[in-house]
Amino acid sequence: MQISMTKPRRLSLFFLRVAIGWHFAFEALSKIENPDWTAYYYLQASQGPFSGAFHALADSALMPLVDLLNQWGMLAIGLGLILGWFTRIWAYAGMALVFLYFLATPSWPGLEYPAAFEGNYLLVNKNLIECLALWVLALFPSGAPYGLDALFQNKKTAES
Amino acid sequence: MSISPNNESGTSNKRRDLIKSLASLPVLGALGVGYWQHTRYTKKTEATYDIVKELGLSSEPAFKDYSAPGTGSTDTIRLGIIGAGSRSNALLHHLGFATENDAKQWSDDKKNNWLAYGDLNVVLTAVCEVFDSRAENTMAKALFSVKDAQGEQRKHKPKRYTYYQDLLEDDQVDAVIIATPDHWHAPMTIAAIQAGKHVYCEKGPSHSEAETFELERVVRASDKVYQLGHQIRHNPIYPYAADLVKQGVLGEVNLVEVTTNRNSAHGAWVRHLKNGKPKAGDLNSIDWKQWLGDSPEVPFSIDRYYNWTKYWDYSTGLLGQLFSHEFDAANGVLHCGIPESVVCSGGIYYYQDGREIPDLMQVVLEYPHRKMTMIYSATLANSKNRGRVIMGRDASMEIGKGLSITPDGSSEKYKQLLADKKIAKNEPMLSVGLGKKSSTDANSGATASYYEERGLTSVNVGGVSRDVTHLHLREWINAIRYGSPVSCGIDRAFEEAVTIQMAKKAYLEKRQVRWDAKTKTIV
Repeated sequence: MQISMTKPRRLSLFFLRVAIGWHFAFEALSKIENPDWTAYYYLQASQGPFSGAFHALADSALMPLVDLLNQWGMLAIGLGLILGWFTRIWAYAGMALVFLYFLATPSWPGLEYPAAFEGNYLLVNKNLIECLALWVLALFPSGAPYGLDALFQNKKTAES
Repeated sequence: MSISPNNESGTSNKRRDLIKSLASLPVLGALGVGYWQHTRYTKKTEATYDIVKELGLSSEPAFKDYSAPGTGSTDTIRLGIIGAGSRSNALLHHLGFATENDAKQWSDDKKNNWLAYGDLNVVLTAVCEVFDSRAENTMAKALFSVKDAQGEQRKHKPKRYTYYQDLLEDDQVDAVIIATPDHWHAPMTIAAIQAGKHVYCEKGPSHSEAETFELERVVRASDKVYQLGHQIRHNPIYPYAADLVKQGVLGEVNLVEVTTNRNSAHGAWVRHLKNGKPKAGDLNSIDWKQWLGDSPEVPFSIDRYYNWTKYWDYSTGLLGQLFSHEFDAANGVLHCGIPESVVCSGGIYYYQDGREIPDLMQVVLEYPHRKMTMIYSATLANSKNRGRVIMGRDASMEIGKGLSITPDGSSEKYKQLLADKKIAKNEPMLSVGLGKKSSTDANSGATASYYEERGLTSVNVGGVSRDVTHLHLREWINAIRYGSPVSCGIDRAFEEAVTIQMAKKAYLEKRQVRWDAKTKTIV
């Protein structure tokens, strides 16, 4: 079966890519502008089967690196996705990051988080959905033609 | 399945491709504009009335200068310790002592913090303890200090005493630390000062009314340094808060609410069991007669030994243990001193374990000349963090590890600012948090978290984390060496001791108790 990449299909991937990129970029900017921001409290609030590892991370010497990654790393992912530049790499990086958020704060009966975590979820939450959406972006040619990837790709392989 | 390009690109020229590839540039522009709008809005809402600037205060609390305050003796100060329980061991840790074995098991953070204490140039020359194994543990600590950890061998073996009177006669002791049950604090302090020793004593300062006045008289008549163990005096947030109150940020302070909420057996002083079995100690290993001192003779009891806070004979319960911290914190900010009258009520409602001191207790302290009331409200059956709140006619201040000030909706002082929406009635107009990170880890119990929330452990100012107990001890050592002042000397200790005695009397006699300042008596 062959799927033809029609214009609406390309545009749908483009909008999905830009929306997720925007979400990452603004989240990152908000963290960067707040001088007191640290991932410490988020990691400390971790619950579920992997909480031990996240709590240990919060108390480890790696925290400055974790904070940097969540600020500038996230901004890079966001800008990369918006521009559609090395889309696949940034999509996988974004996936890894949101998947860690998903593991740190899984939505499961009995686990409760501070009020800032809005919504009602059972296992599937926005983190997981964003993670899966990034997978789609990574697997489909979402960085071209409506993205900088188009400029760096050989015409022939661009969309293979 | 494969994805095939449709043929639209085949017909397009390079220019069209370039334009397409830049399709998201407007998005980037929009994000930029959106972010600019966002920061403009936040700046507008956050750039409220800068109360700190207006009052000309430093915008951040700061640690005092703890370096040597002057020239004086550089001789090593020889310490004796009376009482070798967990508090003594904590004090020794903060003075820079440990066992070599303990030090090996610490995390890097803990070790680095300890090494950062530096060398206070003190040695532990004498240990007095009625329980043999505790004495041995503490003596082992004396052998290893920051100095030893830095490679200089200065192992100093302390002498063990069973009787504190003998320790006080030892001319190898310049100063003593008293960390015994409360019924020994005043008698030991008085004897130590009379023997010419400097004293660091844990709170509360005294156990009975009579010894409170005797303690004051003896300490005042002496030139020896007396420091009461209220480490919160070194949490920089408190002098900062005092400054704000003095400058009238809150308006006239009318109500002060200080609290204790704990909800665990350990927090309610049930501490004689380990894994369901009684902890070590019996008549063979503990000098019970000496432990009892002048209190009524009773058969040896492991409960009384470990849980002495439950009994009036050895303690004032919540008053000496936790109200003392709360009162001192409020007194440090408001300089309110001894109240004119006190009522106190409560009861033993939850811990029917033979205890005599109440597990719920409410104390009302009146300061008519200040047009102010202080309430101490305590429960040992609920752990909600209620904080400490100082309420003025114009604003309220909540103070614990950090502080926040919220304007009063009906304030005259802030009327215009409220009307201009520069500040809002239920939102803090000034928040100062100390420490990004909690010093208690996941393994610390509820009691440790309680102390931390109330600002009694370590604080972080400008990225520098310091333990307030260490600073309090360092101040005492400096005072002995250089004659510099201490922050919790006999004046503060006397105010606190009298207030505790008033509350105890009010509770036991079920009446309002008054302080006659002219005759200096509790009536």
